[in-house]
Amino acid sequence: MMDPPQIVKTRPLLLARGVSKSFGAVKALRDVSATVYPGEVLGIVGESGSGKSTFLRCLNLEETPDEGSYTLDLPDVQGNLFDLDRYARRMLCATRIGIVYQNPHLGLLMKHSSSGNVAERLLVAGERRFHVLREKARGALDASEFPLERMDAPPIELSGGMQQRVQLAKAIALEPALLLLDEPTTGLDVSVQALVLDTLKKLQQERKITMVIVSHDLGVIRTLSDRVMVMKSGQVVEEGLADQVFQDPQHAYTQQLVHAKL
Amino acid sequence: MTVLDVRGLSKGFIMHHLRTRMGAFEDISFQLNAGEFLLLKGKNGAGKSTLLRTLYRSYLSQGGEILFHSDHGVIDLAKAADVDVSFLRRTEIGFVTQFLTARPRVTAQDLVAEPLRLAGQPAEEALRTARHWLNAFGVKEELWAAYPTTFSGGEQQKVNLARALILPQRLLLLDEPTASLDVIARAALVERLAELKAQGTAMIGVFHHPGDVAALIDREIDLTPDTAPEEDRDDVAV
Repeated sequence: MMDPPQIVKTRPLLLARGVSKSFGAVKALRDVSATVYPGEVLGIVGESGSGKSTFLRCLNLEETPDEGSYTLDLPDVQGNLFDLDRYARRMLCATRIGIVYQNPHLGLLMKHSSSGNVAERLLVAGERRFHVLREKARGALDASEFPLERMDAPPIELSGGMQQRVQLAKAIALEPALLLLDEPTTGLDVSVQALVLDTLKKLQQERKITMVIVSHDLGVIRTLSDRVMVMKSGQVVEEGLADQVFQDPQHAYTQQLVHAKL
Repeated sequence: MTVLDVRGLSKGFIMHHLRTRMGAFEDISFQLNAGEFLLLKGKNGAGKSTLLRTLYRSYLSQGGEILFHSDHGVIDLAKAADVDVSFLRRTEIGFVTQFLTARPRVTAQDLVAEPLRLAGQPAEEALRTARHWLNAFGVKEELWAAYPTTFSGGEQQKVNLARALILPQRLLLLDEPTASLDVIARAALVERLAELKAQGTAMIGVFHHPGDVAALIDREIDLTPDTAPEEDRDDVAV
């Protein structure tokens, strides 16, 4: 077992403790805990059905677990976030937490303009001045390296890689404290995947955004993460620095995963 | 001034699919002072690189302590929290290999300047220093603004060295950085290492041809099992 931090004095931004969730007889999450420090990127890997996406949905307050606590160390946010009512959850997610889904249909209104999709976030946060909405949406799309001449095209007319950029712009429009990414590059071809990863890496370095990223692609996790958590059957089987987990995996399942990588 | 105090360090690999444990090294102890250069010797497979990676915490040790005297006090790297290790890697402990981890769409000069920018230097200044080191290691000026993903192996290695050595650190772990380098780059590397050593950086290195850095070496440890005479280790375990 590792010692508690001795040098880094900042408090963790995200603390999830003992999160368990069942769907009928299926135990999707069993006593999952996670700690993420400000500016850190936590990668979660595991096979399909390991519970990694369910855990991410819990962190995005879309799912309420049967047990467990979840806190964010932010000035105006207190207590176990799982206890918040629907309105408070929506407000918190809209203003402080950004998410990028694997499936853009879950995160975007496909027939509204891309800029409108991004501006929706700002509207929820109370911004009403049209030129400010427009300017901020443009800034967020630009930071996500979206081609601005297409900012008024609806996502349904865009390629998969561009749809992910619109989702990303929407997620970062309000400078979120926490960015959640659920398989953000799965299904994109490798060149587009590299561009999206590069954009994420830039955001991470320039804005120091704290991220939790879920993927079954070890390469993606390795490129982006500082620390890695390995999940299997709803449980965390191993956790450590990214290079350590990939170079010196301890658990039998992690060794199997690493050896299976191309 | 002590920088590193390693006590009874052991490392082995558990290979679940073979149901075995493979020992790498047992009970290694040594001390390293600021400005000292320690050479790790031993046959292939003796555990030289394994020891470096264990010190860097890319590998988890099975026993013993790695007491690192950081700016923030003494910390046992074998058990330190991940965030602390990440922090120290950004600020005080460097690891130099012969391989570059290039990222898509990041130019050679940006890659080299990155450690300085992350340490808080203004972008322009960092870029100037980066260009200086690319030049010193013999990377052609036409390549500075190009993407190293498609560079030749040698050019990639030079970019990697410039990046790894740009920021003076308290402890530098060197895993065969001179392998397959041309004469100019090797001379630049030795010169930079001598400069860092004079500034007080402690170094532990694995070199295929220790002759390259002969002038820098203060002490040696032989990791080859059995052949390592006890007194040799006692000598360095003061």
